[in-house]
Amino acid sequence: MKFIIRFPWHGFCTSVIGETLMHKILNRKKKTSVFTGKPEEENMSFKISKPQKEIQKAARDFAKGEFDKDLAFDMERAQKFPEDVRNKAAGLGFIGIHYPEEYYGAGLGILENVLLAEEFCKKDSSMGIGLMLSGFAAECILRFGTDSLKDRFLSGIASGEMLSGEAFTESVSGYDTGDIKTWAQKKEDAWIINGQKTLVTNGGKAGVYCVLCRTDPGSIGADGISMILAEGNSEGLLSVNPRDKLGMRMVSTSDLVFNNVKVPCSNLVGKQGKGVLQALAFYDEARILLSAMALGTARGAFLRALDYVRQRELFGKKLAGFQVTRHKLADMAMGINIAEHLVYEVAADFDSGRSDSGRIAMAGLSACQAAIDVSSEAIQLLGGYGYMAEYELERFYRDAKSMGIFLGNTGMMKDIIAKNIIEKIK
Amino acid sequence: MNILKYSEKHSAFREKFRAFVKKEILPNAEKWEQDHMVPKQAWKKMGQEGFLCPCVQPEYGGPGLDFLYTVIIIEEMARTRQTGLISYLHSDIIVPYIESFGSEWQKKKYLPGCVSGDIITAVGMTEPGAGSDLASISTIAVEEEGHVIINGSKTFISNGINCDLLIIAVKDPLIENPHKAISLYLVEDKTPGFKKGGKLEKMGMHSQDTAELFFTNCRIPVENLLGEKGVGFVMLMKKLQQERLTCSIMALNKAEYVLEWTIEYCKNTQVSGRPLSSSQSVQFAFAEMATEARMSRLFVENLIADHMEKKDIVIETSMAKYQTSDMANRFANRCLDIIGSYAMDEQCPLVRELRDLKVMPIFAGTNEIMKGIIAKSMKL
Repeated sequence: MKFIIRFPWHGFCTSVIGETLMHKILNRKKKTSVFTGKPEEENMSFKISKPQKEIQKAARDFAKGEFDKDLAFDMERAQKFPEDVRNKAAGLGFIGIHYPEEYYGAGLGILENVLLAEEFCKKDSSMGIGLMLSGFAAECILRFGTDSLKDRFLSGIASGEMLSGEAFTESVSGYDTGDIKTWAQKKEDAWIINGQKTLVTNGGKAGVYCVLCRTDPGSIGADGISMILAEGNSEGLLSVNPRDKLGMRMVSTSDLVFNNVKVPCSNLVGKQGKGVLQALAFYDEARILLSAMALGTARGAFLRALDYVRQRELFGKKLAGFQVTRHKLADMAMGINIAEHLVYEVAADFDSGRSDSGRIAMAGLSACQAAIDVSSEAIQLLGGYGYMAEYELERFYRDAKSMGIFLGNTGMMKDIIAKNIIEKIK
Repeated sequence: MNILKYSEKHSAFREKFRAFVKKEILPNAEKWEQDHMVPKQAWKKMGQEGFLCPCVQPEYGGPGLDFLYTVIIIEEMARTRQTGLISYLHSDIIVPYIESFGSEWQKKKYLPGCVSGDIITAVGMTEPGAGSDLASISTIAVEEEGHVIINGSKTFISNGINCDLLIIAVKDPLIENPHKAISLYLVEDKTPGFKKGGKLEKMGMHSQDTAELFFTNCRIPVENLLGEKGVGFVMLMKKLQQERLTCSIMALNKAEYVLEWTIEYCKNTQVSGRPLSSSQSVQFAFAEMATEARMSRLFVENLIADHMEKKDIVIETSMAKYQTSDMANRFANRCLDIIGSYAMDEQCPLVRELRDLKVMPIFAGTNEIMKGIIAKSMKL
């Protein structure tokens, strides 16, 4: 059992620390950050524990053994994920490591999941993304669902038997989840869902979808929207318009049509009318994972470029010997390190019960930017080879660019960051 | 404020070419992308309608037009959503080598076919071990009883599969100074010992048949030497100005196309009841990009005018090649980000642009090589 001292002002008052001591700590720490207006954490940089390092190594070994380059190439082209790899990963406990043990998880935190995502994507961005998004949106069930829903779905996801996806966005609404037309009508002990969703992750493949529906017909905006689970094989549920994508191609994306889809009343996730708030909380959590995937992608691209410039010779010397190359590597490494710091920090914060949308958005933005910049520069360093599919970097770049858009573009991330800074300082 | 003065004839030519693009290129672009190939027939149609090699002189079957006709073709081609029918590479980069350095019989033999589209050309410089550093090529040519025997391989060769005629850069193994060892030869398709490899799988430019080429005791007549022996390097240097300029025109127009498309999209796409273009950050992004594109256009147009007056602007064209290709990539990146989720979808036209543009800072001399040339000119 891990024992972490949690700082009291975040609502995790530990009884082991006496009240006087607590006040001392509080007073000492009341410096506020100029960036966030929040207390400066003394414990900004932390170390990954030994068990966490072991998890990291296990993930690295798994990816090394299972992520075959040629397989990845073919599957990415075909927009498929190798299911036997998923099953093996699930068998080793790599899916849902943050679920409680009773639901086939390991009872660990987001930080551990982050370490997996990073290692997987470092080895192969497309495979890593495909694997880590197996249980996309299942965190909604994990955080807000009843025990019976967790029992019904989390175990299946963690064991690799089913995928999950989110059905939030509608054609007009984009990320503004308040503008939702899909609606669920309560009839006796069931919800009847009608409507259409777009850009559904794992669309057409998932065993269960988290659907945002209007449950209060008179309501407008975010109020009156609830989160309801619909099983993939429900009668009246149709997956249409599968997308041909720029990147993240091992994860399917499609539209879903709900035509009188009947689900039991108990499929309501969390509180009725709180669907949008729950979705926003989920996006925060999902962005941490996304930033870890981006961080891994950046690292993978960096290592490939490093390997190349150490070997390639031109004008009588190694490419790595040119100052401009070295400075490019310096920039790349710097971007990765900044992102790493932010990503680990928000993951550890999340595990300690502190979740700050602004900082998470910063982590997401810096990691995605690092992934885009590093993979782009890596292609340039490899020259013509960088442009060839065989050298993988073009795939890393396409995946990076897609991740930068997947859970909100730069403008949206900056909106979130600014909102958090401005509203918390005043 | 545009620098170039187009006559009515030029405008009529542009209209004619636009109609051709609409009829013959746009409807086929998707198929070419899927096939990873442009059929030779499409090149022939270009030739039949007078859109290949506009600058080749009438005595060799060409129309003998000025460079503005080339500019027009590149500008319109930039908006065709395909890169396989890469006519400027043929018309304005490769064929000029034959026209400038070829012997009379070489010109008589090959140029009419280049103009008509019966001969598609390629140039083989890059090798698996030599890209930016051309002097380190290892494909060798040895003279033997009135023939030249070529051995080695070339890679990343555009039009590699379609090419009927290849200009190849080779090294004489007996000459030590690499700059004096390089010669250019003309190799016809189907010459014994010349083998075309498979199409290379690339990030983008899918309709472009980029390939590896192999030479195993490939025998060609000595008359196929282009220009003089051992001055391959000098000939290549002499033609770089036009090569870089045409690449700049393409990159500039691609950047403008990306921006125009995104502005239209953002005006017409509502998110949460407001058009995307109503966002201040989007507006400023467009303002910045439009400013940069405008300044870039004025520079490139100025270079076109200077180039037409035969001025030496090799440094300036290096600047333009680097700046325009870099700009086009930044625009594609930024515009995809502004567009948002639709930009993840291959249906979004800019996705292909992002994939296609990524090679522009790499080919025709990497942007690092460009910067090296610019810096060298400063005598630092």
